[in-house]
Amino acid sequence: MSPAEDAPARLTTAAEVDAAEARRVRARRVDRIAKWALPAVVFVLMVALWDRLVVWNGIPHYILPGPGRVVQTLVKDGPILFDAMLVTLRITLMALAVAVIGGVGLAVLFNQSRFAELSFYPYAVILQVTPVVTIAPLIFIYVENRTVGLLLCAWIVAFFPILSNTTLGLNSTDHNLRDLFRIYGASRWQRLRYLQLPSALPYFLGGLRIAGGLALIGAIVAEYVAGTGGIGSGLAFRILEASYRLNIPRMFAALLLIAVMGVVIFASLSFLSHMLLRKWHESAVKRE
Amino acid sequence: MSNLVRRQIAPAGQRPLVLDMTHVAKTFSGGVQALADLNLAVHEGDFISLLGPSGCGKTTALRLIAGLMPVTSGRILWAAGKAELGVVFQEPTLMPWATVEENVWLPFRLRGQSLAEVRDEIAQALDLVGLTAFAGSYPRELSGGMKMRVSIARALVTNPAVILMDEPFAALDEITRHRLNIDLLSLREKIGCTVIFVTHSVFESVFLSDRIVVMAPRPGRVVEELRVDAPYPRGEDFRTSADYAAWTHVASRALHAAMGEAA
Repeated sequence: MSPAEDAPARLTTAAEVDAAEARRVRARRVDRIAKWALPAVVFVLMVALWDRLVVWNGIPHYILPGPGRVVQTLVKDGPILFDAMLVTLRITLMALAVAVIGGVGLAVLFNQSRFAELSFYPYAVILQVTPVVTIAPLIFIYVENRTVGLLLCAWIVAFFPILSNTTLGLNSTDHNLRDLFRIYGASRWQRLRYLQLPSALPYFLGGLRIAGGLALIGAIVAEYVAGTGGIGSGLAFRILEASYRLNIPRMFAALLLIAVMGVVIFASLSFLSHMLLRKWHESAVKRE
Repeated sequence: MSNLVRRQIAPAGQRPLVLDMTHVAKTFSGGVQALADLNLAVHEGDFISLLGPSGCGKTTALRLIAGLMPVTSGRILWAAGKAELGVVFQEPTLMPWATVEENVWLPFRLRGQSLAEVRDEIAQALDLVGLTAFAGSYPRELSGGMKMRVSIARALVTNPAVILMDEPFAALDEITRHRLNIDLLSLREKIGCTVIFVTHSVFESVFLSDRIVVMAPRPGRVVEELRVDAPYPRGEDFRTSADYAAWTHVASRALHAAMGEAA
């Protein structure tokens, strides 16, 4: 075959590859925009629909307030709701901190002592599977301090995913690395610090993201049960209080704040996880 | 230049004894006899290959030498107390969260030495394996061959008397394997360590070692010991020489005899 005859065939192939490549690039770009645009469009449509339903059917605001009214309430009741949000946020973050300490601490204890694991792991599971709503009233009978009671409830819900994930991580170390540590005469403490804890980090962070959401749920549920009002009450109490007064717009406004809090907590923990793992872990590494 | 480049390899026959294994056997709790009656005398500067099919107990032998498990019967006697060991596994076995430099630091770190104290040794080890430029990289940024080089640097950074290698190049492509074989020999010339090398490749064992211990499976045992007295340094020209062909012929016949016996 002469080069002249050969040339068109090669050109066609090159063009095909380019077309496929271009399609891929286009698909990626569409994907990138759609990831944000589609949920935004759905949001706008839903809010508009909600607004029209309320207006066209003349629904009174003490049954279903329109979105405009919810935003107005949010601004008007801003100071009260914002203070309440800070209270709930404080409990949530404290519970999360205690869950991290307790969860990681127990995981390390279970990992280091087989007897401790055999003795106490079943009770950790029982604590986890018993709904917190049923334990909370008892806790508030015996625990005088309200904050401590709230913390305890939120902790019970949040610590388990951290415990179980960290335990899994501590046990998932590379066997050859373990052997290497033995050959070099590493102490138990060195093995824990230089091998097991770093291996467990990705697992722990996965548990932490789940625990963040659960701590918020735990704090809210505990507030519902604790119920005491006045200064220093959280968002859940504000919702209860508003429902007694048929102040539906404020209920929606408080609900909105709780949802935003949940999203912000999840996003911050995801960001933290990404920053800690981005250099070395497969989950955080971008592949081209 | 360094404290890594130290030992002189004596000619075979004049090397002091490092390790003597007599009638070593290992039976696992399931009743599987992994190793029956292994006799092996290791001398300073030896490059010994344990060659055999899978199941012949060569990895078990290495683990016994490393002290990772006790022998069922027999004796492992170190001439001058248990020598310091370096180990290279089939996988690079690096800590993914640590940089290349931190990975090579590990043996020192476990002895309580800070990175600053041993920076020179680490730099030398990385220089020996040609990875100086990658000290700050993470393992995932390296190719398979480069990871293995890091693993070798870690094994030799403490200047151990004996380096144990368990099929270190088996998972690499042939071109990389050849390259690493040559580099390993030149490393050994430089630092003069004793190497016990597990492999199932006849070619690799002939190219690298001065003694080949051919082993047979079920139960694992030594069937023949060969001396490859081709002089070091060996390079690509050795791989194409008539001597090399003759040695591989002898070794593979011994291996086939071992496997035929077992079958």
